[in-house]
Amino acid sequence: MVKSHARQKQFRALLVHFFLSIGGLLMCFPFFWMVLTSLKSPQEVLRVDHWFPHQKAFYVSVQKGKESVRQVEILENLGDSRVKVRFMDRNVIEQVESAGLEHRQFLWSNYEKAWNKVQPSFTRYFVNSFVIAVVTTVGQVTTSILAAYAFVFFVFPFKNLLFTVFLATMMIPQETLLIPNYLILSELGWIDTYMALIVPWLAGVFGIFMLRQFFAQIPRELFDAAMIDGCSKFGFLFKILVPLSLPPIITISIFTFLGSWNSLLWPLIVTNSQEMRTIQVGLSYFSQAEGTEWELLMAASTFCILPLIVLYIFAQKYFVQGEAASGLKG
Amino acid sequence: MHDKNDHSAYFYVLPAGAIILLFHVFPVIYSFLLSVFKGTLKHPMREFIGLSNYAELVGDVSFWKAMLNTLFFSVGSVPLGILIALGIAVLLNQKIQGLGIYRTIYYLPVITSIAAVSLVWKWLYDKKAGFFNQVFDMVDVAPSAWLQESRGLFEVVFSWVHISLPTSIVFFGTEFDQVLTRIAHGPSVALCCIIAMSVWKSLGYNVVIFLAGLQGIPNHLYEAAEIDGANRWQQFKAVTWPLLSPTTFFIFIMSTITSFQVFVQVFMMTPFGGPDGSTSVVVFYLYEKAFKTFEFGYASAMAYVLFTIIFILTLIQKKYVGEKVHYGG
Repeated sequence: MVKSHARQKQFRALLVHFFLSIGGLLMCFPFFWMVLTSLKSPQEVLRVDHWFPHQKAFYVSVQKGKESVRQVEILENLGDSRVKVRFMDRNVIEQVESAGLEHRQFLWSNYEKAWNKVQPSFTRYFVNSFVIAVVTTVGQVTTSILAAYAFVFFVFPFKNLLFTVFLATMMIPQETLLIPNYLILSELGWIDTYMALIVPWLAGVFGIFMLRQFFAQIPRELFDAAMIDGCSKFGFLFKILVPLSLPPIITISIFTFLGSWNSLLWPLIVTNSQEMRTIQVGLSYFSQAEGTEWELLMAASTFCILPLIVLYIFAQKYFVQGEAASGLKG
Repeated sequence: MHDKNDHSAYFYVLPAGAIILLFHVFPVIYSFLLSVFKGTLKHPMREFIGLSNYAELVGDVSFWKAMLNTLFFSVGSVPLGILIALGIAVLLNQKIQGLGIYRTIYYLPVITSIAAVSLVWKWLYDKKAGFFNQVFDMVDVAPSAWLQESRGLFEVVFSWVHISLPTSIVFFGTEFDQVLTRIAHGPSVALCCIIAMSVWKSLGYNVVIFLAGLQGIPNHLYEAAEIDGANRWQQFKAVTWPLLSPTTFFIFIMSTITSFQVFVQVFMMTPFGGPDGSTSVVVFYLYEKAFKTFEFGYASAMAYVLFTIIFILTLIQKKYVGEKVHYGG
């Protein structure tokens, strides 16, 4: 009886793992497919008969100082180091030097190609996204710490009214703000500058709210004792409160960074020039311009997603905390 | 000392306060003003026209189509996202090994950039050589146009049993019949593709919230139910589901709110609003009106309608969930 119960339990665990693994594979599949496609040749992308990148022959030649790599099909060895090949891209048959033939399986060069295919290049887009996300995060976290500190440890007129107004802004969908903010920024002459991409997001109510909850758990006596010992209010904040609150501060930082890095609609609206594009905007223009070069589009998607996955793996603890806390948002 | 007003507080609140007032509070008023004026790009508030923009909105068939598409998107994605996430969360809550790994995998799509993964799915759905059509080809099923397929879901399902729905419905005798036809035909296959992708993208978020809710259910309730002879399904019905209902409600409202704001997937996968405008959702239509044809007043009116809907949903969630849901923290 006991034994069969244990066996039943084991069987159940196995079944649970089975379903979860299948689900997990389905969740990951788009990422696999993205990476596989990014390593294929244009001809291979369109071929239905094999999913994994195969070994392919290429003819490499240098024309006007530029290397050209074209996929070929080897038809016949003519001897005397000459080979008859079919060029896959134009479907023409030619005789070439066998020295120029190369076999490759994974076309890592797609990444380089995709990187430089846009104007000016993805380097610029990455720098833009990075600068914007870092400044937004540092700014938003700083203003949130300051405001939350005042809301918890200070008594001042209109405190509750002000906090209610702050809270109420959480109910406003971003889409309502698009047009008026666009006009305000036009008025300020900030369209197509870093200012437009950063300044409106230098404060966030969610961060203030989360930090206020955390600060409120810190004993009031600590504050009073510090004041009696002659610590300034500013000193208390930076010497005692902030070091105590690092976990929620890191969580807010990560979520602000992610939000800024991943946003598309706002940078799409307030930028015009190629130099001001962020990664997401660059990617959307890239996809509209190169709609069918899937190996390049997937290479671009891969290097856009990769930094996020690395960040996620290193800072997982804080992601989970942030998710748990967002339940408190209600 | 506690009770004395300390005006230095304003120094601390000022940076956040200034930004929030200028870019988050004032725009709500400004947006309404824009919606009752007519003007140009340079002078958006030239002429007061009262509620004309709103009246025009009511008569705009494209707006109603966008509303319907948004509604289809919500009705399709929200329950699906909740049911699948609940199933996964219940499985994850079985005290199994490797919980962390599974959670990481299911959560992965949530943190990735929506623009990039939309592109990946656009490729999966590609008509010519996309993954889905490759699979269809292998099992000898006729390929689908996926994101370029304007036929409705009901139309497709009925065609499997050889019933053809009427191609168009005539009721008003105006272009509003197109909306009725769309209701009868169901969301287009293209929109269903976007729904499927969106469920995949946000599934992990729901799973993590559900998991937190499940872990908050005290174990002795299950033990008691087991002693009473309840099987797994009865335990789920009598213990899990009712105790989880605040969490479910929270996810339901939050997902509904986000589903009304869907934009990036639509923009990336169907840059022109899909076949026959069948994936043009409210925010997409708003974006086109505001930043393609620069009808700021009209688009502001639309933004206000959206704002009202989301505001009501938020109030419902505040009223009924309020402080009842607490996780971790």
